Amino acid sequence: MRLEPKPAPSIAVALLYPAGAVVVTLALTALLVLAAGASPLSVFGLVARGAAGSQFAILETLTRATPLIFTGLAVAVAFRARLWNIGAEAQLYAGAVITVVLGTGALPWPSWLLLPAIAISAMIAGALLLLFPAVLKTRLGVDEVVTTLLLNFVVLLFVSMLLEGLLKDPMGLGWPQSRKVIEAAQLPRIITGKRLHYGFALAIASAVIVWVIMKKTALGYEMRAVGHNPEASRFAGIPVNRVLMKTAILSGGLAALAGFSEVAGLKGNLTLDLSPGFGYSGIVVAMLAMLNPLGVVAAAIFVAGIFVGADAMSRTAGVPSYIADVMVALSLLTMVVAILLMRFRVRWR
Amino acid sequence: MTPQPPTVLRLTGITKRFGPVTANDAISLELRQGEVVALLGENGAGKTTLMNILFGHYVADEGTVEAFGRPLQPGDPRAALDAGIGMVHQHFTLAENLTVLENIALGTQKLFAPRLDRSAARRRILSLASDFGLAVDPNAIVAALTVGERQRVEILKALYRHARILILDEPTAVLTPAEADALFATLKLLVAQGLSVIFISHKLHEVMAVSDRVVVLRGGRLAGEKAISETNRSELATLMVAQDVHLPPIVDVAFGARLLLLDQVSTAGRVSGARLDRASLALKAGDITGLAGVSGNGQAALAALLAGTERMTAGTVELFGEKRGAWGAREALQLGIARIPEDRHAVGTIGDMSVTENVILESYRGRRFCRRGFLDWPAARAFAEGIIRDYEVKCPSPDARIRLLSGGNMQKLILGRALDPEPRVIVANQPTRGLDVGAVAYVHAQLIKARDRGAAILLISEDLEEIVALSDRICVISKGRISEPSRRGAKTIPQLGEMMAGHGLEAAHAS
Repeated sequence: MRLEPKPAPSIAVALLYPAGAVVVTLALTALLVLAAGASPLSVFGLVARGAAGSQFAILETLTRATPLIFTGLAVAVAFRARLWNIGAEAQLYAGAVITVVLGTGALPWPSWLLLPAIAISAMIAGALLLLFPAVLKTRLGVDEVVTTLLLNFVVLLFVSMLLEGLLKDPMGLGWPQSRKVIEAAQLPRIITGKRLHYGFALAIASAVIVWVIMKKTALGYEMRAVGHNPEASRFAGIPVNRVLMKTAILSGGLAALAGFSEVAGLKGNLTLDLSPGFGYSGIVVAMLAMLNPLGVVAAAIFVAGIFVGADAMSRTAGVPSYIADVMVALSLLTMVVAILLMRFRVRWR
Repeated sequence: MTPQPPTVLRLTGITKRFGPVTANDAISLELRQGEVVALLGENGAGKTTLMNILFGHYVADEGTVEAFGRPLQPGDPRAALDAGIGMVHQHFTLAENLTVLENIALGTQKLFAPRLDRSAARRRILSLASDFGLAVDPNAIVAALTVGERQRVEILKALYRHARILILDEPTAVLTPAEADALFATLKLLVAQGLSVIFISHKLHEVMAVSDRVVVLRGGRLAGEKAISETNRSELATLMVAQDVHLPPIVDVAFGARLLLLDQVSTAGRVSGARLDRASLALKAGDITGLAGVSGNGQAALAALLAGTERMTAGTVELFGEKRGAWGAREALQLGIARIPEDRHAVGTIGDMSVTENVILESYRGRRFCRRGFLDWPAARAFAEGIIRDYEVKCPSPDARIRLLSGGNMQKLILGRALDPEPRVIVANQPTRGLDVGAVAYVHAQLIKARDRGAAILLISEDLEEIVALSDRICVISKGRISEPSRRGAKTIPQLGEMMAGHGLEAAHAS
């Protein structure tokens, strides 16, 4: 088997490949659904209805998409510059910890001042957490895949320690959870009485800002150049290490916003199950979006829809909601294959 | 009339397309026993594609390959090996941490054989080596070998596998003139034993010296086929480019002020290959200084030092009359030092970015393209269009990925990017390597134009003819040391070749 490069396809054709990936994912999932003893068509119908069949379903999907947009953007920005940030999960928790520390009454400020202060502090915390592996990479050549991945476990254990000690809610009946943030530190709901909060609006705005940075600014140009060819970038006088630092700050900050928005917008407090792997799903989202910041929004809503829809489906059809994890994982694999087929022609002999 | 020797290899109607580009268009080629056929053509003429099809790296869209009368399974390098075809690539495929013996025997023994039968292998290698004048020590570690020795190992590897047809892709690009002569002698011995050789080259004098027959490719088509005895260099040159090429005449100019002086400079050795060892060099306004030398003798270190990507450990630098330390890459550009890198794919351009994005690579931070951190893409695009027009770059649009351009057009863009700000010092490292005759002439003309406007140019090249044709003064680099300059014409090519091999360099320093 060999791969031969082929010219870039037109935009219309380029969109066919992700569509094909989705079709193949559904076909493969259908086999598993059959094995579970249910009808694929009715299961897919239930998933779709659960994800987008009602106002409640749509709002729920968008709520679930919010942290995925942030982590997806974080990964997309980092991967563009070939900084392999696998640690969005840790940066998310760093943002969440800061939100709880500053949001539970330490700063008696009004909401308009408190929320931006917390958001910025959370971003700084996430940025610092990614700067550490980035410095190790540029100074000592330590592989950031390893360091960022392992930091996820370090940070999660650190959070666990905090929730058993310093940050433990005295009224929490012994559960490892923090106190609730004060009202001034809560992101308001977009529709009163529903769960969708302004974190979603912040996520959309972030996607647009990141898109502008990548497309229009010198920094975005430098990040792309460094990602495509660090040696040529260095030769042309681009300060490669400094660009990687800036990338780390941006990426870590975006991932931390996911933690801020989940705590301040949805959960109100910090628990160890704040994120069911949003940091890792962010990698799927970014890859599905082919690292395009605006594509991240669509990909995040798609992935969130599968999770939300599968939850609803499993209640009625009796198929385990783990099918959602399988679908998301499969869609990542098929998407990677689709990108490969888009760029190369495969010859079997 | 003597009977024709049997045909050992026959390519019929080979066609290969890459998207809209037809790399090979219905090419037919015959190779007879005991002859050297030169495959001549500009870069991008389709020579390497054709050989990759023959060797099974690519599958042809149309056409067949026949070796020793039997059709060859397309797309299978093992089938080519089994049929007795051996290839020596331009970039060697040796495992540097293994010995010569292990490299040669690699892949010829059974995968799960209990041990390597070294003594039989050594005997065979030594007998092949003495038969064909390919002296190497089978126990030497490849990493310790010179480029010429590594090439001999590659040839031995093919012979060890019973190759009857040998394909050499630009074999002399990395050799000294003396090493090249030794290679040609080996080729004569090979064909005397009944082997057949395909010799890929774009250097006319080599083709004339070594081959029996020459096949010329141009733009993916067969442009002509001649017996060497019935042709000459100018006819072949015309076949290659189809248009007459004129080199601008070189006028002797008075040397201007000394713009750059390196005095007893040594480098840290961050870049691969040899470091500079107390090297001294002066560049003058309105002067092309040619630096001849065999690859890997410190040229890369010197180019990197001037480009701003290598550190200095000893010595002094004087730029525009002021003593100063070494500079970084961005500083070099601001000071007016233009760089043309040796490897335009890996260092000179970013393949997956557009032409526009590549031409602003060295200047995007300036006021012309950047306002408060935002890039002015319309201005950048206009700049790219200007370079495309002024430097005669053939490309579909400024938005095309630069990877899709041919080597010559890529180099024209790099030239445009480097020369547009009218630099005072130009460091051109192998600026014409791998380019076709037309593009080479263009690059030379641009360098001469820059010289005539008063720039000081350092031309680093492994092609002695290029150095001699272009330089006002010639230095030779060997083992990190640079000789005193000699005026153009003061030394003959054989004399320079001696110095490239390291002879007389110390003497030159002492004098």
